[in-house]
Amino acid sequence: MSANTKRTVQFKIYRYDPDKDNAPYMQDITVELEQSDKKLLDALVRLKVKDDSLAFRRSCREGVCGSDAMNVNGKNRLACLTDVDELPQPIVLRPLPGLPVVRDLIVDMTQFFKQYHSIKPYLINNDPPPERERLQSPEEREELNGLYECILCACCSTSCPSFWWNPDKFVGPAGLLAAYRFIADTRDQATNERLDNLEDPYRLFRCHTIMNCVDVCPKGLNPTKAIGKIKEMMVRRAV
Amino acid sequence: MTIPVHKYDVVIVGAGGAGLRAALQVSEAGLKTAVLSKVFPTRSHTVAAQGGVAASLGNVTEDNWHWHMYDTVKGSDWLGDQDAIEFMVKKANEVVVELEHFGMPFDRLDSGKIYQRPFGGHSQNYGEKPVNRSCAAADRTGHAMLHAMYQRNVKANTQFFVEWMALDLIRDEDGDVLGVTAMEMETGEVHIFHAKATIFATGGAGRIYYSSTNAFINTGDGVGMAARAGIPLEDMEFWQFHPTGVAGAGVLITEGVRGEGGILRNASGERFMERYAPNLKDLASRDVVSRSMVTEINEGRGCGPDKDHVLLDITHLSPETIMKRLPGIREISIQFAGVDPIKAPIPVVPTCHYQMGGIPTNYKGQVIVPKGDEKSVPVGGFYAAGECACASVHGANRLGTNSLLDLLVFGKSSGESVVEDLKGNPRAHKPLPANAADVSLARIARLDNQKNGESVHEVRLAMQRTMQKHAGVFRFNDLLKAGVEEIKKVAERAKTTEIKDKSKVWNTARTEALELDNLIEVAKATMISAEARKESRGAHVRDDALDTAETPAGRDDKNWLKHTLWYSEGNRLDYKPVNLQPMSADVESIALAKRTY
Repeated sequence: MSANTKRTVQFKIYRYDPDKDNAPYMQDITVELEQSDKKLLDALVRLKVKDDSLAFRRSCREGVCGSDAMNVNGKNRLACLTDVDELPQPIVLRPLPGLPVVRDLIVDMTQFFKQYHSIKPYLINNDPPPERERLQSPEEREELNGLYECILCACCSTSCPSFWWNPDKFVGPAGLLAAYRFIADTRDQATNERLDNLEDPYRLFRCHTIMNCVDVCPKGLNPTKAIGKIKEMMVRRAV
Repeated sequence: MTIPVHKYDVVIVGAGGAGLRAALQVSEAGLKTAVLSKVFPTRSHTVAAQGGVAASLGNVTEDNWHWHMYDTVKGSDWLGDQDAIEFMVKKANEVVVELEHFGMPFDRLDSGKIYQRPFGGHSQNYGEKPVNRSCAAADRTGHAMLHAMYQRNVKANTQFFVEWMALDLIRDEDGDVLGVTAMEMETGEVHIFHAKATIFATGGAGRIYYSSTNAFINTGDGVGMAARAGIPLEDMEFWQFHPTGVAGAGVLITEGVRGEGGILRNASGERFMERYAPNLKDLASRDVVSRSMVTEINEGRGCGPDKDHVLLDITHLSPETIMKRLPGIREISIQFAGVDPIKAPIPVVPTCHYQMGGIPTNYKGQVIVPKGDEKSVPVGGFYAAGECACASVHGANRLGTNSLLDLLVFGKSSGESVVEDLKGNPRAHKPLPANAADVSLARIARLDNQKNGESVHEVRLAMQRTMQKHAGVFRFNDLLKAGVEEIKKVAERAKTTEIKDKSKVWNTARTEALELDNLIEVAKATMISAEARKESRGAHVRDDALDTAETPAGRDDKNWLKHTLWYSEGNRLDYKPVNLQPMSADVESIALAKRTY
């Protein structure tokens, strides 16, 4: 299978337009790709030329904006970072699981962002700001690697069974990764407050280290590890 | 039909770097503010900026704002306004340090200070040698910055309208701006946002070209809205082609790669930039590097079976440096070029990247237009910042890392101006014109009822191919002339596009059709302004502008040291002088000189 030839690709796509459909259905559709179409997103853009009613989010097409997360052959991925030729056909596309579908591949992300916002995702430092930058050693800064790079695509949280069951109570891997990003920052002064905020049977402790989040993260981040560190801090604080 | 009306003190359109910085300023001042964005804020295209933000902190090498100002004026090929440039470079340290206080995870030096790397066109001592001026978070500076500013806005309780697309500017009989109409993408409903002050921070329109580093959302919405509402667009002929887009894919590879020691090579492995820019070499200004690359390719020294690109080589850097300083580039290179840059060079080609022109503003972020005998009169209630605006600090060519600086400085200053202007003049909302939403409703009704039209895709592709062919890295008199006729034809075709999808809910076909209206304004402005400018300056280089004693490298200061103003109505052109006078007595005007690197 070469990426340098014209080829036809078969899709099975979840379709639902509340304006006209009584119920969702799976649409079988094929599309002929051009030589330059390499990623799944290229194929979707090509598909949209054929059927302009197919709705999906997309923006940067290079894996940094986090718009085009979807469920591809059963796994949450970014369409723009997925090689179309590597996917078994028909390629089955569904919206991210566990969130309400607005239309086709577009989900309502309100609950996801609500959880992100609930961990106070901003630096808290109540000292008067100095004239110049606050100092941080390269080693201290390195603690933030693997945490700050999150693109909020929601691949992780929407692959997490704990988040499916309790999206309103469990913060989910993306939010907890962000929580640890601030705990790990030497400039942040709210560690205790942040731990208090997570000390409840659901918010943090619903993570059962299933590790789907690690498996799907398109940026190669490890929310489970970050969650483990928060749990460790909770325990250490308790003794 | 009754249109819902939302009343705010301030409405900000766009939630990228400039919009978020402006939002912070007005929210923290207690003004009732609505921020409208087509995408969730952290999906804005600022997120894709890589290499850094300029500030003369001097953390690694000695530096000061005078040198930064000189580099920026020279980079602009003297088309930048020196008052705005002085303002920007003087504010740089302040806004970057502020960002650090907001929590931005800058890389660090052993001293604990912010890490800084060299970048194209930035120098020590007025062009003498490269300087470490770019403040960076690995090669994800834009991502780190955008998230930090969004987070700070969460703290400030800024009110966002996410996935709302602004459609048209509302002006009254006095020409004052009273807000915008906008469409909620989830429902397809049109609403009015009635405001005392409106700030546009809608970003660029790189999608007018076929090959672009820009995101799909970069469709020049604010620029198009302004043009349709009678605001002229400034210096739209100047588009930056970034030297290093991934060949074939267009995805950006930061100049920071060359800042870290990367070298451009032609088919014979030669470091060709030594011939074109003996002093700064691979770190010459972007327009210079892009032209050098195209010259290499045109003269048969390109790489690959089709000799259609050059190579960006970092194989001599240690894998540790690459993993630490350029991890995102490595990912992009593996994903989109199929090459691990630790082992093999990256195929690259100049790619449309940045719009130097835009909505004319002063350094306070106020939108300014000619009125009567005066060339720069503020439009009541209207402000703009970031890539959609033209302050003008980038002139004919922007320096790398000055865009992130621009959006911080002018995002903040536009917010400050709004706070100041509303405080000094606490006027109530001016009454809305009766027909405030008519234009938008007519545009949507046209799309609902259009029969037998071409698809948006076809017309957009025709526009992109026309721009690519007729207004590229090098420009030719005959191609520009033909391009003007071609783009006018494409603009006619855009008036009768047809979409099949008529749904009210999340209708992306409709969004794309409405975006095309904006792209078309930008494309017309670009082609017509470019055809008219009979000289070479910065990113605008044409074959018939000859290198003479009076016009070195084709630059004609006698006739063309002036800003273009293009009006959508009748494709009319006007011009205004470049401000060569700095803002203060702290510095003298940077005198005109021939530009070499």
